[in-house]
Amino acid sequence: MSDAKNDHMVEVQNLKMYFPINRGLLKRHVGDIKAVDDISFFIKNKETLGLVGESGCGKTTTGRCILRLYKPTSGTISFSGTDISHMRDKALKPLRRNMGAIFQDPYSSLNPRQTAGSIISDPLKIHNMASKKEMDEMISELFKMVGLDPRMTDRVPHEFSGGQRQRIGIARALACQPSLVICDEPISALDVSIQAQIINLLEELQEGLGLTYLFIAHDLAVVQHISDRVAVMYLGRIMELTSSEELYENPLHPYTQALLSAIPLPDPKAEKIRQRIVLKGEVPSPANPPPGCHFHPRCELATSDCNVEIPPLRDIGGGHYVACLRV
Amino acid sequence: MAENLNNSTEPADVGEAVIPPHHSEWRRIARVFVRRKISLIGLIIVVILVICAIFAPFIATHDPLKTDLRDVHAPVSTKHFLGTDELGRDTYSRIVYGTRTSLTIGVIAVTSSGIVGMAMGMSAAYFGGLVFALIMRITDALMALPGLIIILLIAGLVGGGIVVVTFALAFGAIAPTCRMMCGQALHIKQNDYVLAGKAMGMGSVRMMVTQIFPNAFAPLLVGMTMAMGMVVLAEAGLSYLGIGIEPPTPSWGAMVNEGQAYILKNPLLSIVPGGAIMMMVFGFNMAGDGLRDAIDPTLRGAI
Repeated sequence: MSDAKNDHMVEVQNLKMYFPINRGLLKRHVGDIKAVDDISFFIKNKETLGLVGESGCGKTTTGRCILRLYKPTSGTISFSGTDISHMRDKALKPLRRNMGAIFQDPYSSLNPRQTAGSIISDPLKIHNMASKKEMDEMISELFKMVGLDPRMTDRVPHEFSGGQRQRIGIARALACQPSLVICDEPISALDVSIQAQIINLLEELQEGLGLTYLFIAHDLAVVQHISDRVAVMYLGRIMELTSSEELYENPLHPYTQALLSAIPLPDPKAEKIRQRIVLKGEVPSPANPPPGCHFHPRCELATSDCNVEIPPLRDIGGGHYVACLRV
Repeated sequence: MAENLNNSTEPADVGEAVIPPHHSEWRRIARVFVRRKISLIGLIIVVILVICAIFAPFIATHDPLKTDLRDVHAPVSTKHFLGTDELGRDTYSRIVYGTRTSLTIGVIAVTSSGIVGMAMGMSAAYFGGLVFALIMRITDALMALPGLIIILLIAGLVGGGIVVVTFALAFGAIAPTCRMMCGQALHIKQNDYVLAGKAMGMGSVRMMVTQIFPNAFAPLLVGMTMAMGMVVLAEAGLSYLGIGIEPPTPSWGAMVNEGQAYILKNPLLSIVPGGAIMMMVFGFNMAGDGLRDAIDPTLRGAI
């Protein structure tokens, strides 16, 4: 590992995650859902990498591969310099302490039959992080940290509101003091008024605890706000990856341009003259993606070589990566 | 680490905010049973049955095995509360002692088949793949064979008696419990909290015991109380075929069968044990129903 990469907490190289499609009586393997199709990126220490894209583009799968909830089909994922992509569960367990996960749905991500305190204490128990005596104190610390009343530790999730439940989820993710937190659409299931609170909480926690985030979302405005760098995914591949200012001011990939043109503007005058790029057609099935550039059937700039050659994600200067032959 | 956590963020508006009142689980369970009269009746029946089984010698008025050929088919009287049977044995005392046999067989068969079946179903659903295929094919095989044939086979190999009957009945109840648990567990497994458990490195056993089982159990609880009645009746059938309880020992199922020969002459002989079986099934079912709601945390506040 070279010195330049020492500040990379996560390094993903040529990651592929195919889910097999088995049909018929003998469960014959007839194809693959190519959820993630050969992507490479890195996350620097203490930065927030935003991952955006439409539903089904593979953002959640990417997050779950890094958490090793899935075993990747191929490629490597290194976490703090250790390749975890094909590690066995036993060897992985001590590393899991350093990774937290926040899930999208605050209703299905908390066990309805456990009390909030017990939910938060689970990771501490699994990694033997606290003695029985310290446990209660640590739980109320965590409760206070995410802005919950420590007197509520004996309540079940049903007794909390959606925003409070998400706070419990955050406390659980942070219980073991991880360095990396995978936030899988942590706010998309919440009310708009609560979204801001949770975003602010996540930002404060990042500052206070020096966390690194992989922030998965489909709301571009939120991603721009919280991320240092943003990766745009389409049909299992990264189309563009750059700093969030650069992405919003100077989007180069036609897909990114189309996505950004769909954001409504708060200023009514600007909103009136906003030019929308409306993409034609539908997202193709990840079981049968188009050849060449995955985006070419819907792209206005596409030429004949776009359906032959797979555009590599190349650096066009200043850490701005684009996967397009026409740029 | 403590100061690290402390300095990170300010506790957002925690202060002295009023928090909703908290109810202890025991008080909630008590409340369910007090409010819902039918569940309370069920619970009382179960308690009475248990008391009868434990204190049978004090509650019974006669020796249940003692025959009195001068007093056969006696009518209801102060001496024989429920009359006597064809051998002059006191029906009331036989019912009281029968509670022991029937309750023991019912409870042991249902809980043991429940434990084995649920463990199998949960493992099948949780591990999936080869484990799932193997366990499901075993239950398919068990369900394809008529239960009675299996029990006859077991009894034929090792002989009758209360232990064999209990074991055989438990064996027959494993497959449906396994199936039901497997379906439930597959459904529970879809939830993100199982994924969250995996992400934090939770082991399989802990996952099944703390995450899947508590959420999958409630619907099975009611099914198991129903199975209790089935088991008691099945024991009657086996006793009828001569591989159940040895004749002099009183058991409700056997009493129904013995009584049917005199159904016109002395209908009480089969009606009373039949009614007892019905009461037991009703009692367990209603108590189970109340318990299911009492342990459901999503009904906190509503109950």
